[in-house]
Amino acid sequence: MKRLFLAAAAALFALSCAGAGAAGIKPGLVYDLGGKFDKSFNEGVYNGAVKFRADTGIDFRELEIQTDSQRVQALRNFARRGHDPILAVGFQYASSMDKVASEFPGTRFAIIDTVIDRPNVQSIVFKEHEGSFIVGVLAAMAAGSDRIGFVGGMDVPLIRRFACGYVQGARHAKPAIEVFQNMTGSTGAAWNDPVKGAELARSQFDRGAEVVYHAAGATGLGVLQAAADAGRLGIGVDSNQNHLHPGNVLTSMLKRVDVAAYDVFDSARRGVWKPGVRVFGLKEDGVGWSLDEYNEALVTPAMKAAADEAARRIIAGDIEVHDYVTGGECPVK
Amino acid sequence: MAVPVLDSTLRLSVPLILAALAGLFSERSGIIDIGLEGKMLGAAFAAAATAALTGSPWAGLAAGVGVSVLLAMVHGYACITHRGNQVVSGLALNILASGLTAVLGVAWFAQGGRTPQLPGEARFLLLEWPGAAALRDMPGLGAVYGELLSGHNLLVYLAFLAVPAVGWVLYRTRFGLRLRAAGENPHSVDAAGVPVPGLRYRALVCTGVLCGVAGTYLSLAQSAGFINDMTAGKGYIALAALIFGKWRPVPAMLACLLFGLLDAVAIRLQGTDIPGVGEVPVQLVQALPYILTVVLLAGFIGRAVPPRALGVPYVKER
Repeated sequence: MKRLFLAAAAALFALSCAGAGAAGIKPGLVYDLGGKFDKSFNEGVYNGAVKFRADTGIDFRELEIQTDSQRVQALRNFARRGHDPILAVGFQYASSMDKVASEFPGTRFAIIDTVIDRPNVQSIVFKEHEGSFIVGVLAAMAAGSDRIGFVGGMDVPLIRRFACGYVQGARHAKPAIEVFQNMTGSTGAAWNDPVKGAELARSQFDRGAEVVYHAAGATGLGVLQAAADAGRLGIGVDSNQNHLHPGNVLTSMLKRVDVAAYDVFDSARRGVWKPGVRVFGLKEDGVGWSLDEYNEALVTPAMKAAADEAARRIIAGDIEVHDYVTGGECPVK
Repeated sequence: MAVPVLDSTLRLSVPLILAALAGLFSERSGIIDIGLEGKMLGAAFAAAATAALTGSPWAGLAAGVGVSVLLAMVHGYACITHRGNQVVSGLALNILASGLTAVLGVAWFAQGGRTPQLPGEARFLLLEWPGAAALRDMPGLGAVYGELLSGHNLLVYLAFLAVPAVGWVLYRTRFGLRLRAAGENPHSVDAAGVPVPGLRYRALVCTGVLCGVAGTYLSLAQSAGFINDMTAGKGYIALAALIFGKWRPVPAMLACLLFGLLDAVAIRLQGTDIPGVGEVPVQLVQALPYILTVVLLAGFIGRAVPPRALGVPYVKER
């Protein structure tokens, strides 16, 4: 009996050592209200984390919050259980992470879409205005008429940044184009209301919009659905959404949150993780647009050339895309 | 401008109308039904899950109605057979449906409680009326016919046909007369030799069927799949509309249309300039339906008298 116990204890010890040796880090991941499977923003992060797990064999813990009040709780629980690094998806974690990061100075945190100035936090921000500029160019060229639209999720500066870049891109291609803009709401629920998204898209189609771009998480699924139902074009966001409605999704504005998530975990694994701000723009391949077998029939060579040219000029600094978040009020309507 | 707004009004008010009619059956028979929300949610999930598996919207509709009727029977068992508190039972159903759909959704589809996106053939698609495309560009009647009347899905037409149908059942049939009597004075029904519990159970079956159609509309017609808590308070708004309409089918429908119109206007007002005011903030536009609800409730509808035996479990005297 005693020997059995010893053997079991030894086995357990060996197992835990092996676990610790192979893992090294215990990554934690908390999603935003849109949910893990929004086929867009959160799902992009999830895909990056899954790739990390496949490549390294290190598992990660994840949590989908249901209400705003769970943010602090979720981060604190992960930190208390020794998860490190902890990645929070979305700017709405800003105040919660600021608080929890100060409580656990020895834990490495990372946050996407906002900047937190703490010695143990890495802030990852994207130049969505640059990616949106490119899809704006594509939208303007794809629209036969002079009307296109934009549906945002929650009415916050971040989403205004998408809208502003999009309008600038559209005006760049067609100076006289009219861009309708709608926001779904002013609370977190605006990320997860496809019915409202579809109604907003329809209202823009009724006014003559031919292409509608969404930056609205799961709400955008309704926007793309409405575009497909109406036989118009939608533009996806964050993840590649071209496959959702082949032939009715012009392109997707890629925001490589998957790359960012992978990088956070992997740099921590290799011991090269650094706090501070990291910016992903066109130059860093952090934003872009998607072209695959689902939309190649929709994108003409002229459109592709114009998009590539615009991207080249933005990277070279010839075109300065106005950033709503830092620059304030969009210069174009 | 006007026709698209009305078009959108129709689409948005359909689930409200169906749910309000569902509540009408239950409440007119004397059972408070706060559980409209839960029944719709359960039906929406069942319909989306079934349609995702079978690829048939009709199978989805059947499953949605089935689950909704089942939930209505649970309510009936608690309130009619066991004379439980009707508000508590209804609330319990809402919480049950909200939790159960999320849990089952995660367990079955592993997409965070969502059901898979449904392809076109698994949904109720838009029906074009003959000649609609040709008439659409004609101003006046042509636009009304081409845009407003044509081009909705089957369930929209069903909802508007249900209004006179429910009115006919309620006011022109023997079942309707007894049902109304059960809600006003159940003892008289009993004295006439008609068992009150049986009558109330049958009313709840009607409630279940209509709620089932409403839920199916949400997940198979208005959108393409189920999302957590997709009813978003529509059951309560329908209940409010029912009270606005003083527990009568046509006024209840009008109240639902008003809510739908406010919603549609709120969506269209966003980002447009109003002459003399300028651009209205998004937040104010979105609060508009609720503000108007309070104003209307406070001043315009007058006293709403509920069925007299509403919420009172029937105890047969010996």
